Order: sequence, then structure tokens, then C-alpha cells
Amino acid sequence: MAKDKTNKNYIRNQSYWGEVFFRLRKNKMAMLSLYILVAIILLCIIIPIISPYEIQTTNLAGKDQSPNSKHLLGTDLIGRDLFTRLFYAGRISLGVALAVVAIECVIGVVLGSLSGFYGGIIDGVIMRIAEIFMSFPFMIITITIVAVFGNSIFTLILVLALLSWPSIARIVRGQILSLREMEYMEACEALGISDIRRIFRHLLPNVLAYVIVYATLGMASVILVETSLSFLGLGVSPPTPTWGNMIQEARNMLIIQHKWWYWIPPGIAIFISVMCFNILGDGMRDAIDPKMKR
Amino acid sequence: MRNYIIRRIIQMIPVFIGILFILFFILEQAPGTPVSNMMHPRMTPEQKAELNEKLGMDIPWYERFVNYVKEALLEGNLGYSNTHKRPVAEVIGDYVGPTLLLAVVSLCISIIIGIPAGILSATKQYTAVDNILTVVSFIGISIPSFFFGLILLKVFAVDNQIFPLFGIRDPLLMSDNIFDNIKDVAWHLVLPSIVLGLSSTASFMRYTRSSMLEVIKQDYIRTARAKGLKEKTVIYRHAFRNGIIPIITLLGFWIPSLLSGAVVTETIFGLPGLGKISVEAAMKRNYPLILGINSMLAILTLIGALVADILYAVADPRIRYD
Repeated sequence: MAKDKTNKNYIRNQSYWGEVFFRLRKNKMAMLSLYILVAIILLCIIIPIISPYEIQTTNLAGKDQSPNSKHLLGTDLIGRDLFTRLFYAGRISLGVALAVVAIECVIGVVLGSLSGFYGGIIDGVIMRIAEIFMSFPFMIITITIVAVFGNSIFTLILVLALLSWPSIARIVRGQILSLREMEYMEACEALGISDIRRIFRHLLPNVLAYVIVYATLGMASVILVETSLSFLGLGVSPPTPTWGNMIQEARNMLIIQHKWWYWIPPGIAIFISVMCFNILGDGMRDAIDPKMKR
Repeated sequence: MRNYIIRRIIQMIPVFIGILFILFFILEQAPGTPVSNMMHPRMTPEQKAELNEKLGMDIPWYERFVNYVKEALLEGNLGYSNTHKRPVAEVIGDYVGPTLLLAVVSLCISIIIGIPAGILSATKQYTAVDNILTVVSFIGISIPSFFFGLILLKVFAVDNQIFPLFGIRDPLLMSDNIFDNIKDVAWHLVLPSIVLGLSSTASFMRYTRSSMLEVIKQDYIRTARAKGLKEKTVIYRHAFRNGIIPIITLLGFWIPSLLSGAVVTETIFGLPGLGKISVEAAMKRNYPLILGINSMLAILTLIGALVADILYAVADPRIRYD
């Protein structure tokens, strides 16, 4: 449709999500970030199809090559193709982040809405537990648990999710506390709708937008934490590649000095995806709540 | 206000004990005890039992927990580190210096650069300056600190040897002159503090910007402008005072997170600080030390949150606690 005024009116009559998306589409930075993220995720998914190399195949004859037409990002000390490894690593880094955010959102939304909806003792207990989890020194406790229980991807996901649900629970609780006082909730009560239905059908959809924004920004911070841990050797351990443990190579003097292709590409990959998630999350917050637009 | 502080401190105690309990419980589930590392494979069961008894591992874990809480809270030595053969509090004391120095310096950097940049960005909203600063702040919060640190290392310590590569002191420096020594430490801290300070500088900038934008919209700022005050006076005397309030509360939460961030920075730059010994303690399963560091940071976090709330009330007389 052409850019005329009828178009604008047509948009105005859209659903809530339609309007949110309309506003988001006007934010060029956020849309660009979205496209870049989609491209990165697609590449990570289709890498086995487009790459002629296997992830673990070593080729000692062709080891330690600088980038060339056969190996776009060169090869490492045992001849593995680094371009292929970069996107396999992306699968792990992005996958871990997605799993962590999904689990933390489920825990946070359930506990946050129970806390906000029922108040009283339930609220007190849940919020005290949240406070305990928030007071753990994040990085150091994660290091401890991973070191003690061994660094499997599963442990890592569980630990990060268990440590980060309180913030989302607090956001949901705050929203539910104010929504609970609105008149339509009185109507729900008058109609005799059950508590569960009131929470999940009538309250949570109004909070969903905030959860999505939080989850997007959460992706950014979880990627940073996971890659930092893997870099320290306390996250996902080799030979499974992640962007974090690929950069570990740079702690070798020779590599940091002369062989940029070992560690600069994964670093840029982390940087770009974290930045895109941050910009997209920020843009979504503005799109959801135009009054908040700064 | 006094009652509020007392009540908050009393509330902190169960939360703190809860933290200790969870930590204790986690460490108890771990395969192998700290004693098993010290046992020789050829030791007889009697010798093993004796060692267990000597180290206090023969009683059930919940009893040890009660003992630990008593010891940690009443005597303040946070338990005994078997690897270091000294109380944990002393071990922490040895390593806390570089971390604290690093945290304070990078916090100062964040305040000195982040807040003015945020104000500038807010007063010039939607101009080129604002756009550039916003992009820079996004870069700051998005670049992984270890990657940024490695790039700085490569450029300033490996390729051009401007700054030292490793550690906090030059082992070859034999000078007794205090200024030489201070200069030496400062020189070693330049790169680490930039790395640790970057992300908090960027966050301070973002918070300051949004808080100032909120304040600038208010009626009293329009009044101040209508009175014919200079723009500088309006921004720095009238708007700044209210715009800064949310930043003050941020400071309270910043200290524990800076200390957490120090783990990565200290590892890259080889600084002998708390972050480095936490990683070591975790690798070596030095449970008393792990417990000690974690509980110290937990206390700092709780106190930080309390201080933030108190500062909030001090800075903003509209807020009353009772």
C-alpha cells in the first residue's frame, strides 16, 4: 500500500501486537539487528550443508593455515576448518543462551505471578527466596558449581537459569500487582473464574510484552556470561566449540601476536550477536511502550 | 529512618543464613570431599578416619553448618583454609588489595566519564553527538570483557610494549622509592581498569541519559528556563540534582558486580586478586575458601542494596521510610 494517510488509519485499527510490530518496523537499528540475528542463526543451522568440512575432522597436512579461498578463516593447529567451527560454536553459544532464557522465564513468570497474585505469606516467601538468589555473587558461584559438578552444558544451563530467574519474577510480580487492582479483575472475580485461569488467561497476556523484552535483553547477557565462563575454561569445554572457548586460544603468546584468525572472528561473533540482542531488546521496549520512548 | 535501617539489618540475617545454607548444601553434594584430596591412596581406613576427625569432617553436614555459621558470624574468620593453613579471612585479606584497587579505579572512571557523557547525550538528544554516544554505549555494554581485554593486550602490551603484560608489580623493580612503586602499580593497572570500567561506564551513561531526559521534561525546568537562567545553570544546577538520584542507587549495586567482573579481568591480566583465587579455589575444591569468598561477596551485595536504599532517601527528601 502507498504511503498515504489511509494507510496510517488502517494501521491504527490493528491489534495490539500489530501495532507493536508496526512501531518496531519504523526503528531501523532494531530491524537491522533482527535481520543480522536471523542471518547468524540461519548460518548456524545450515552450516553442515554449506560447509564441506566436518567439525572434528583433523587434517594435519593442512594445519595452521591463514585464511585462504579454501578455508575462509584458516585452520587451527590440528587442521580443523575454523569457519566451520565458528558456526558450530554459534549453535552451542546461542543454544545455551536460548535454553537458559527459556527456563528462567518459565520459573520467573510462574513464581512472579503467584507472588503478585496471592500476596501475603506466599509473596513474602517467594520474594525472600528471590532475594537470596539475587545476593549470590553471580560469576563466582557459577564458577564454584561448575567446577564442583563438572562442566557439562547441562549443568551450565541449569546454574545460569537458577541464578537469573529472580529479576524476571520481580518484573512480573510488579506488573501483576498493579493489574490485579484493575476493574476487569473484579469482573473476573464476579464471574467466578478460577485463579489459574485468571492468572494465565487474564493477567499474564498483559505482562507478556515485558517478558519478551526482558528475554531478548537476557539473551545478550547470558551469551556474555557463557562465553566468559567458557573462556575461563569453566563453561563448555573443548572439543565442543563455543565462541568463548575458541577465544581461549589467544592466551597463547604466539597466537595473540601473529594469528588473528584464531580468536578475532569468534570475538566479533559474540560482540555482534550481543549488540544485536541489546539493540533489538531496546527497540522492542520502545515499541511496546511508546510513552517510555526516550 | 533509624528503625528502618535496624529492621533491614535484622531482615538481612535470615537471607544471609539462607545463602550460606544453600552454598553449604551445594558443596555437600559435590563428589569427593576436600579431605579426599589430602588422602594418600595407601592410607589405612583408621588413618583416614583420623584425618577426617582432625579436620572436623566426621560429624554430619548440618552440624558442621551450624558450627560454621557460629564461627563465621561470631569470630569473623570465615573458617579455615586447609590448603593455605590459615583462616580464610586472612587469605582473603591478602588478595583483596588488587581487586579493591581495580574496582575503585574503574568505578571512578565510570563516574567521571559515564555521567558527563550521559548528560551531554541527554541535552543534545537526537543530534549527531547523541547518536554517536548511544552507539558507543551499546558497544560498551555488548563487547565481551575478555575479548576487549585481549585486544588491548595485543595492541598495547604485545605489539607495542607500552604497558606491562602481566601482574601488578614489576619483579625487577628494586627501588625503595615510594613514588616509583606507586607508579609501577598504576602502570600495571591501566589496561585492567579500562577493561573493567568500560561496561559500567556505558551503563552509567545510559542510565544518566534516560534519567536526565525524564527530568528535563518537567515543568520546573521550563520555569527555570523561562526565568532566563543560563542553559548551563538549568542543566547542571537544577536538572542534574534530580537526574542524579537514580544513579546514586545504582552505585550501591555496582560494587558487588564490579567484584564479580574482576574475575575475568584478573585472569587475563594475571592480577593476584580475589577473582583469581576464586577460580583457583574452585578448581582445587578448596571448600572453606569458596564458602568464605562467596559469603563475603553476599554480605557486600546485601549491604550494597541497603546503602543504596539509604542513599536514595538521603538524596531525595520525598522518600520516607518508616
